[in-house]
Amino acid sequence: MRIAKISIIFLGLSMLMISCGSNNGNGATGGALQGNIAAKTYVAPGEKDEFYAFISGGFSGQLAVHGLPSGRLFKVIPVFSVDGEKAYGFNEETKPMLNTSFGFIPWGDSHHPDLSQTNGIIDGRWCFINENNTPRVARIDLTTFETVEIIELPNSAGNHSSPYVTDNTEYVVAGTRFGVPVPQRDMPIDDYKGNFKGALSFIKVDPEDGGMNIEFQVLMPGFDYDKAHPGRGKSHGWMFFTTYNAEEANTLLEVNASQLDKDFIAAVNWKKAEEYIKQGKFSTMETNYAHNVYDEGTHSATSTMVKEVRVIDPAECPGVVYFMPMPKSPHGCDVDPTGEYIVGSGKLSANVTVHSFTKMMDAIKNEKFDGERYGIPVLNFEDVLAGVVQQPGLGPLHTEFDGKGFAYTSFFISSEVVKWKLGTWEVVDRKPTFYSVGHVMIPGGNSQQPFGKYLLAMNKITKDRFLPTGPEVCQSAQLYDISGDKMQLLLDFPTIGEPHYAAGCPADLIAPNSKKIYKLEDNKHPYVTKSEKATKVVREGNEVHIYMTMIRSHFAPDNIEGVKVGDKVYFHVTNLEQDYDVPHGIAMIGAKTSELLIMPGQTETFTWEPRGPGVWPFYCTDFCSALHQEMQGYVRVSAKDSDIKLSWSLDDE
Amino acid sequence: MLNMKKSQIMMVVGALLLLPLFFLPLWKITLNAPQYPIPLGVNIHINKLADVHEGDMQNLNLLNHYIGMKSLPEGMKEFVIFPVVVLVMSILGLIFGFVGKKNQYLFWFILIGLLGAAGLYDFYIWMYDYGHNLDPRAAIKIPGQMYQPPIFGTKNIMNFKVDSYPALGAYFLFTSIFLSLAAYLKDRKTP
Ligand SMILES: [Cu+2]
Repeated sequence: MRIAKISIIFLGLSMLMISCGSNNGNGATGGALQGNIAAKTYVAPGEKDEFYAFISGGFSGQLAVHGLPSGRLFKVIPVFSVDGEKAYGFNEETKPMLNTSFGFIPWGDSHHPDLSQTNGIIDGRWCFINENNTPRVARIDLTTFETVEIIELPNSAGNHSSPYVTDNTEYVVAGTRFGVPVPQRDMPIDDYKGNFKGALSFIKVDPEDGGMNIEFQVLMPGFDYDKAHPGRGKSHGWMFFTTYNAEEANTLLEVNASQLDKDFIAAVNWKKAEEYIKQGKFSTMETNYAHNVYDEGTHSATSTMVKEVRVIDPAECPGVVYFMPMPKSPHGCDVDPTGEYIVGSGKLSANVTVHSFTKMMDAIKNEKFDGERYGIPVLNFEDVLAGVVQQPGLGPLHTEFDGKGFAYTSFFISSEVVKWKLGTWEVVDRKPTFYSVGHVMIPGGNSQQPFGKYLLAMNKITKDRFLPTGPEVCQSAQLYDISGDKMQLLLDFPTIGEPHYAAGCPADLIAPNSKKIYKLEDNKHPYVTKSEKATKVVREGNEVHIYMTMIRSHFAPDNIEGVKVGDKVYFHVTNLEQDYDVPHGIAMIGAKTSELLIMPGQTETFTWEPRGPGVWPFYCTDFCSALHQEMQGYVRVSAKDSDIKLSWSLDDE
Repeated sequence: MLNMKKSQIMMVVGALLLLPLFFLPLWKITLNAPQYPIPLGVNIHINKLADVHEGDMQNLNLLNHYIGMKSLPEGMKEFVIFPVVVLVMSILGLIFGFVGKKNQYLFWFILIGLLGAAGLYDFYIWMYDYGHNLDPRAAIKIPGQMYQPPIFGTKNIMNFKVDSYPALGAYFLFTSIFLSLAAYLKDRKTP
């Protein structure tokens, strides 16, 4: 009898569980309200999104451009990885972009996009993004949506606390996540403690053309510098970095780097550092790193190896660095739009801790220190503490702001976004994410002027959220409406790679400046062909250079003879079109590169080394016109000792 | 100028209104199609053809070559003759205006009317040839389909809706012609 009763209770409970699951599991409420939600993300055919979102492609190495609120994907900009679709890293023009001190590297791990700012407000000129594995920072021009510069970071490993743009884009930063010997040398790993270093690079950005150069590095103790955020407004001139592994462990970090009750936020006064640089209080280290620049005029990149870097030792330059204790291996380090609050998300802590810039400055002024680490003063936790958000969730990672006095923190372990109030530290709302959110992004939410209408949560895990695609499933972003008191989940959409972080801004900051074509008359490519009359084929030893043009719907020339086995054939192809959205492509049978996809007015080059005699076709890969299928041609390849003369033609002319 | 008759002033102003034709387009042809959210357009001036948006003529030529139409001309004898005619008519109009004889106004009015008609006819002949004289090797041939744009009005040609209407310069010309007639009519009753 009793067993029967208990069984019934269990059955009843299980029914309850199932019905709960199906009601709340998808996070969106049903019925009439759902229609309302759909309307909020509906962008009618022909209409345009209100915001751009630049979402990190994570281990794809790229940067994805989406629209909000629709979530639609517009473009994947190749940055750190080769892209056969766009010939990035395959054509002769862009190969130098992926050059490093280790040589050509075809892949990267892109993490954090951030947009250029003027007076702490997003200006829509450039997007910066860091690469974690082979430490690099890239700049993307937002008139062409192309990667135009990549700079490598010497003395670094795991470029994670990067790029984070200061109020006037004076600097983007690049803090090293992995301590390494500086300079690199053969030594026992066990000697990590005290011997390994963490370099914080300050990359100066030219206000006119965006050109980057490493102004100086601060050579820090070998902690792990995880995330960074520039001071805003009143704290402009400072850069804040979270650190973990202040234990300086070199093995089983999941245990050994989680022992200290508190790690640090490193507050770096870069204006002070600039003074030391001016006074000559730096050392010049020999090094070797690549600086790659793409020139829009020549449509080509060049890679230069730089041999020196200026280094500051914080122990010898008082006033440059202070440590603020922060509980338990903090990840996110986020400064509110006023510049007063520095939010640290101790990912193993139950609380979110907020420090005060004003209190920090007071403590520094009064020299109230609690000892030092490696000559860097440590401030008292209580002296700098502004407040604590008590037990908002589990595993806080990252915080953004809406400009209306609220902060939004992601919780990885409890898989939710929590909205809380700056100053009172009270939690006002929470919404689940599906699943395991990493970063969140509010357009402008890390600047002085957030556009607090939407919040994008970027998830690490999707499991059952979309149609399954075998063991590997997509990662995703989720869009929340944050214009009201309570957050409202509007949309799930898949993303490429892992969406570590994103940057967003109103579309009208960028869209009006977007280029439609490259002007042919401005093309300064060394192998440009500006008219069909100027096409030619030139032999230089065993190199054959084809100066080719493409226009609807033919190549010129499209019949080429006199190429021999053993030749290296360069196709220098210029798209003569000057109309919006009329690219042409070209692919050659047996070419061990990718297609070229050439925009109007642009010149690109691929190489082909024919293996055997024959007549080999090439064709246009982009459906350019009604007669696209007719856009093709032939190269005749003869034996090495053949005496067939080089000749070329179009329509027998 | 102050002691001139009203009709004289009208004639002088009318003659001067021809001069903007040296920089304002006389006519505008616009091609609308779904894949051209910004339509292709050609401005017809007395001395040249010009893009409405940069690259329009090149892009129009590119499309037209599929159906065997010739490229839009860069130089035509009309572009030499028209400016001379406009300049001569303007000078003549000024002289007539200062002399102030009503029959001269009428003469000028009839002359410019005839010249205008001749110009329009010439325009029509050219458009006819442009739309009918097709390359026999054209990739796309549609029996019976002609591509002549309208002289005035709107016409559907394949996937394009083609608009052909006077541009700003034409309104100056019309005003000029009207003023010469008005000058004559004003003085008609006087001996
Ligand atoms: Cu093509």
